[in-house]
This record gives sequence, structure tokens and C-alpha cells, in this order.
Amino acid sequence: MSDDVVTIFERSREGRRAFVAPEADVPDVPLEELLPASQRRERPADLPEVSEPELVRHYVTLSSKNFHLDEGFYPLGSCTMKHNPKLHERVAALPGHARLHPLQDPEYAQGALELMWRLQGALAEIAGLPHVSLQPSAGSHGELAGLLLTRAYHEDRGERRTKVLTPDTAHGTNPATVTMAGYQVVKVGTAEDGGVDLDDLRDKADDEVACLMLTNPNTLGLFDRNIEEIAEVVHGVGATLYYDGANLNAVMGIARPGDMGFDIVHFNLHKTFTQPHGGGGPGAGPIAVSNRIEPFLPTPQVVRADDGSYDLDHDRPKSIGKLRGFQGNFGVFVRSYAYICSLGGDGLEEASKVAVLNANYLKARLAEEGIGEYLPIAFDRTCMHEFVLSGRGAKEKLDLRTLDIAKRMLDHNVHPPTVYFPLLVDEALMIEPTETETKERLDHFADVVRSILEEAAEDPEIAKNAPYTTPVRRLDEAGAAKRPVVRGSPQGGGSDPHPRGEKP
Amino acid sequence: MSRYTSVTDQDLKAMLGAIGAGSLDDLFADIPDSVRLNRPIELPAGRSEQEVNDHLAGLAARNRHCDAEVSFLGAGMYDHYVPALIDNLLSRSEFLTPYTPYQPEISQGGLQVMFEFQTAISELTGLPVSNASVYEGPSAVAAAGYLAKLETRRTTLVASRGLHPHSRAALRTHAAGYGMTVEEVPLTAEGATDLDALAGAVGDDTAAVFLQQPNFLGTVEELGELAEAAARTGAVVVCSADPLPLGVLKPPGEQGVDICVGEGQTLGNRLDFGGPSFGFFAAGERFLRKMPGRIAGETRDVDGKRGFVLTLQTREQHIRREKATHNICTSQALNALAGVVYLSWLGKRGLVELAELMLRRTHYAREALGLDAINPGPVVREFAVRVPDLDGLFERARAEGVNPGFRLGRDYPEYEDGLLVAVTERRTRADIDRLAALVRERQRVAV
Repeated sequence: MSDDVVTIFERSREGRRAFVAPEADVPDVPLEELLPASQRRERPADLPEVSEPELVRHYVTLSSKNFHLDEGFYPLGSCTMKHNPKLHERVAALPGHARLHPLQDPEYAQGALELMWRLQGALAEIAGLPHVSLQPSAGSHGELAGLLLTRAYHEDRGERRTKVLTPDTAHGTNPATVTMAGYQVVKVGTAEDGGVDLDDLRDKADDEVACLMLTNPNTLGLFDRNIEEIAEVVHGVGATLYYDGANLNAVMGIARPGDMGFDIVHFNLHKTFTQPHGGGGPGAGPIAVSNRIEPFLPTPQVVRADDGSYDLDHDRPKSIGKLRGFQGNFGVFVRSYAYICSLGGDGLEEASKVAVLNANYLKARLAEEGIGEYLPIAFDRTCMHEFVLSGRGAKEKLDLRTLDIAKRMLDHNVHPPTVYFPLLVDEALMIEPTETETKERLDHFADVVRSILEEAAEDPEIAKNAPYTTPVRRLDEAGAAKRPVVRGSPQGGGSDPHPRGEKP
Repeated sequence: MSRYTSVTDQDLKAMLGAIGAGSLDDLFADIPDSVRLNRPIELPAGRSEQEVNDHLAGLAARNRHCDAEVSFLGAGMYDHYVPALIDNLLSRSEFLTPYTPYQPEISQGGLQVMFEFQTAISELTGLPVSNASVYEGPSAVAAAGYLAKLETRRTTLVASRGLHPHSRAALRTHAAGYGMTVEEVPLTAEGATDLDALAGAVGDDTAAVFLQQPNFLGTVEELGELAEAAARTGAVVVCSADPLPLGVLKPPGEQGVDICVGEGQTLGNRLDFGGPSFGFFAAGERFLRKMPGRIAGETRDVDGKRGFVLTLQTREQHIRREKATHNICTSQALNALAGVVYLSWLGKRGLVELAELMLRRTHYAREALGLDAINPGPVVREFAVRVPDLDGLFERARAEGVNPGFRLGRDYPEYEDGLLVAVTERRTRADIDRLAALVRERQRVAV
């Protein structure tokens, strides 16, 4: 392999090892006596053979090829890349948490159950809805839980509904969830102010509709001023109102989904509540619900007895059942609970206020002359925690695509915003700075954007061919999808489907 | 009291000036007063790092964890040894704090890890394609059910009663959404899936059949025979497998299984009271474009340099929306990293050695306990026995710091006196002998 890019499998050399087995202290019975020939593995799985030093170097080297939040600004819209406090890793690793078996008798897991109980209570207060299940594994799992709860709620009333409404600004997970939950997606349009088109909503809301899934503030970063009317229309036809909590970071302590009329809310603990993203998980997607939805919550539920002891309630006759194994991503709960303890009610409110301040400040900086004419704001209103720019000016005036701007940012060591979403904005850039960034970081980002645009006015080719300073440059994604290579050849060898000479 | 924000009074003034707002509250003018909270959140005030540390440590101290007792508890998650290098690598900011690799040029580390993970899972399961992880075991089973629906358009799912109760429950919950019902196939008197009953349960409307290897009781199933019967009418054959015993067991992919899913906790992940861990999802080539979740693929950059990207994204929700093959977005990248590091640490021979050790200790333990076995045939890492005085055993054992295992009664009324005993490499012969002594003592008392 002439590249410096080598997989752990390609580093393997027969006879090397990192693992030494513990003492074989039981009789050495031949395998043939313990396993039938039909179920014995004939050839060992071709795993790498490497020493510990090489193993460590391999993964440390790989890690150095990742940009990460602890390194720099990460304004990825709708992802809430706020600081991950280091305390959380320490408390999550305590043996009482990390080494606790999920089926330990509740009598011997009182600390864990109390932590879950307290987290449930905090989330209920933040959402303004009385009942919480921590079980869903991530936001999209929480969404699915919400629609399964909606289905169970309607079926319990003898109703069968077939449609779910989603705004055209919705996250992709919303319509995907609707299909998985066995409903048909009906799209609702966006009004001129960026909110839900109320007339369109009224037209489409009928007794076939089970639910409206809404993000508020929405994916344009705008708070829907008509939320009460929306709730009235939805409840008027007997449907539930679902809150996608991806954008909850804007409104903690300021307004609560429950008070806006939402029946079901999911939280992204890996966004609002600081679980580190880990390069694509883990997360957790707890849900909070109103009284009428409560009987259907998944099993088990954490309950507290009169004597102050905690237990798991498995006996819930109307429950939708289990969404996954055990009680959910407890390790994530520990971190989010620690975060809530650190900030307290006032700190959470401050976090939301500063998130909104930072977003509006950055929006103002990016509206300045030299930037604003190339990247106009999609909907010119006060934004909440994020905002969406359109790259159409840059496209028309500089022949520069949003993708090029994003790729050039990589050379400036800032992570680009979310690009090409939401879909209704041409060449979209969705920017969410979060509350943990300083004014200097925001100013630096604005300066980077300005310098990229100035550079492109001179020579757009520079950005079009960016990045230059990254471990690899633009990759052939089309080729990767056309001739997928999704596993390596163990122990090296095998044919190279993308020979070096063949450039994309 | 947020110590993670940094707006000074001077900053605030300058920022509001740039925005053209008079106060912070002005920024929230779009929120109608009628839906405002207009009072502080009712939560305890914020605390110092030291106080939070001590509070959490106090809660943790009230849990009896696996170092505080000799535990034979398994039933889906197991107390395996996690090497120190995993703690070290996973705590690196470079792995811990990036988002999903949407910008591949600055995410080659994470993407290559996914690619290596997929390679390792393919090797273990004997199936050519794997994704980069799903949430965990039981929801992975449910995801396989959804794929089978997309693939076959049939209406029924058939599951062995040897499939983990949580997997069966998750399958039922999810299937209620995608409009399918789940039928169960009983176990034989030896605790294995009943082949005849399975053959009888499979019909033209069966979309998928679900097996588990080893099954929930630890029984090594005759997977090939079962898969053949399951596939009789064209159903998708799904096997949930624990990856560690696959060190000695014939890979599901070599026995007619179409999709192999499973819980990845045993591969270098903590117990964490049930999560986060990861699920894996491997399948035959024909399912590649219908798989759920992220998939990393190899490619080249404009200079011809080798690199990795998220690929086949037209399956996914952010591109395909309501036509996506699954709604999953965030999955378990960091936990999957632990998985591939662990498998590389074990290595080709280590995995076999570890699996053989578990196999021998499991059989030793079953014999040492001297109880009536529910599954007397071949078992790996876990086995089920009938205990005449289960409550008594638990009372005595727990007082002595021994956790005898998992009581089967709630999930399997037919094994009301059943005890499921898990033996990992961390349970030594001395530990096993200690449990055996407690069992014998109980039996004497009972007599």
C-alpha cells in the first residue's frame, strides 16, 4: 500500500498479539465434546494481529484526522454543538454507574433509579409536561415513540387515523418516522414569515390526521408566533401535537412546549444536554407527555414509593411495550443530569438566552456589507438559536456554491455550518453557534466568511478546489456510491476497486 | 449559574448594539406572552463542579456494581473485561466530541473507524455488508423486521421464544407501527427452538423469521437446520447473535442467515446500567441499498489519495425523507469504536482463546452446580437450571456478596423456578465453586 492510509487489518502480521488470556483454570475438555461439529467455526474470523503499541498508535493517528469540538468552532445548524463539560466523563465512569448491570435488583440500584427519577422530573419541568420516559435511544427513536404513542392513544379511543402532517421545513427524520410508524406523510407549507402556513394547515387538518410534528423554533431558527392557533387547529380535529426537541436549546426557561399546547416532546440529550456526540452517537431521546398520553408510555417506568425507595414498573397494561432493551442509555442520563445540576434552573435559562444572543449577533455580523449581499438571510426576522442564510448571492455574483464556501472553511480550521438544509432555501447555510462560544470566536467566523468571499471575488477557483490543508481533499462520493466498497480485505490483499490512476 | 458561557457586560452591550436590540428580552419578542413561562424553572439552583461531583458520587455509591459482588448476571449484557486502552482512546476529544462526519475531509479518523468496524463485523458474522452501528440489540432486531417488510411486503413475523424477551418486545412494539404481527415459536424440552413448530409456523405471509445464537438460555442452536426451515417460503432469515461466542461458533452467514444483528456491549463496552452500547447490522449483498443507518465506503480524493466517506446516503432520512429505509440518524459511533478496538485487541487468535475459555467454564459451572438443567445440550457463556428454592438461594447468596444470576420467571412463566447463570472470563473457577457451594448449602437446608 503506497498510501499512508492503512487499515488496522492491513497492519496485521501473523503471530503478533495484544491480548493474553486469563488462566485456564477449568479442565481442558476438547471442543468436540462441547460443541457439535455442525456449529463449530472452521476458520477463525480474520481479525487483525497487532501488538498493543501498534494498536494505540493506529487509533491515535486516526484520531488526529478528526476535527472536533474541543479544537474549534462547530456551528453545525440543528446539532447544538455546545461544550461538553469534562466533569461528566468522570462521573459517568464511576464504577457505580459504568459497572452497574442493567438487571441488577432495583434494591441494589437505588442510586441509578434515583438519578433517572430526578432527571425525569427536571425534563418534565423544562418541557411543561408531567410524565417522562427516558427509554428512546436518540431523537429519531423518540419521534417513533411519539407516533406509536399517538397510534395507541387513538386506537384506545376506537379511532383509526392514517395521516401525519409535517411542515416542509421539517428534519428528514420526521417524514421517515411517519412512514415507519405506518402513517402517510402530508406536507404543510411555509408562510412568508417562515412559520407554518395556517391556511394550508386548516385545509389539510381533518379527522384522518393523527398528529402534527413540529419543531419550534423551526429549522429556520424562527419561533412560530401562531403556535396557539396551530395547536387549536390540530386539537380541533382530535390529533396530537408533537414537539421535535432538536431546537429546545433556544427556549429553556423562557417558554415550554407543554404550555404551547404540545402533547408529546422529545429531547436530544446529545444536543441540548451536552452528551458528547462521539462522531455520530451515542445519544438519548427521552420523551415527555401529557396526562392523556401517559398510560401508553413504554415499559419499564421508574416509580417512587411512599417510603422514598425507587422501583421499575413493568406492569403497564396499556403500554406500547419496549422500544429497546433495558432502561435506555443510562450513561447519557448521568451526563445530562450532571449538566442540569451544574446549571440549575437559572443557568439553563441563561444558556438559552446566550444561545439566542450569540446567534443574533453572528447573524448581524454576517449581514454586514461584503458578506450580506452574497449570503442573504433567508427570512429576515429576529432569529432564535440558529439562522439560515442563502448562498444564492454568492452563486449568482461569484459563481460560488455553498459547498465551495463550506469546503474553503475547512482550510481555516472552523467547521462549516449545516449546508443544503432546510430544503426550501436555495444553497442554504444553517448556522447555530450555541451559547458556549465567545464573542471573539463569532467575530473570527465572520472574518473567515468575509475573507473567503473576498478571495472568491478575485479568484473563485481557489474555493472551488478547496480544501488544501486537510488530511484528504475532496473525495469522490459519487464513485463511492456507484461501486460501493464497504469492507476492507482482511490481512491486506484483495483488489483495489478505486485504483490510484483513476481520478474522480 | 452557567460557567460554560462567557458573555461579559461589555460583550453584551456590544453584541446588542450590533444586533440593534435594546435588551436580551427583545430577542424573544416573537414568543407570545400567553405561552411564556414568566417564572424561573423550578429546579435547584446551580452548583459548583465540586458539589456536583460529590452528589453524583453519592448516588453512584448506592449501586451495587460488578466489582462489589461476584455476579453471574447476564441475560443480554455481560461483565467482560474492558482493556485500559479503550478507556484511554475513547476519552480523546478527537473521538469523543465531533459530530457525525458530514465533512469527510476533516473526519477521516471517524470514517476509517467505521470502515474497519464494518470489516470486523462482516468477518465475525460471515455476511458481506455491515453498517456502522445501530442503537443496540433489541431495536436492531426491530430494524431487521422493518427491512423484511420493505423487502417482502408480507405481513407476519415469526420469532423463536429463544430470542431475547426484550428483542421480542421491541419487535412487537415497532411492528405495531409498520403494521405487522409477531408469532412465537416455542422451545423444546431441551431449551432449543422447536424445529417442527418453526416449520409449521412459517407460511406464505411470513416476512421474516427471528432466531438467536446462542439463544436467550445460552443454548447453541442448530442454526443451519432452523434457517433452512425458516427460508422454506421465502421469508428473510434473521439471527440475533452475540459477537463473542462467534469466536468458536459457525458464522450465521455460512448457515443460510440473511441478516445478522446483535447487541455489541460485550465488545469493549461498559455495562452502564443498560446503555449506551451499540447494535450491529450485517446482511447479504442484496440488502445493501435497503440497510438502515450510516455506512462508510472507501474512495479516493481528487489527488488519488485513499479516503472514506459516508456512502449510499440515498437510503437515509436526510436525503430520502418519507421514502428512507429507516429513520435512524444519530447512532452509536463511539461505542462502535470501542467494539473495533476491542476486536483488534483480542485479535484473530485471542477471540478464539477467549471464546474457548468461556465455553469450558460454562460447562464446568453447569456441572459444578449439579442442578436440573433446562438446556442440557451445548451452551456458551450462559445456561439455565431449575433451582428448588430460588428465593432461599438468592437470600443467602446476596448476603454473602454473590449474585446467582437472572430469574427467568417473569419473562418465562414456564420456567418459574429457572435461573439463568452467565459465566464470563471474569468469573474464575473459584467464583463458580463459591456459587456451587451456596447451591449445595441451600439444597441441604431445603432437605
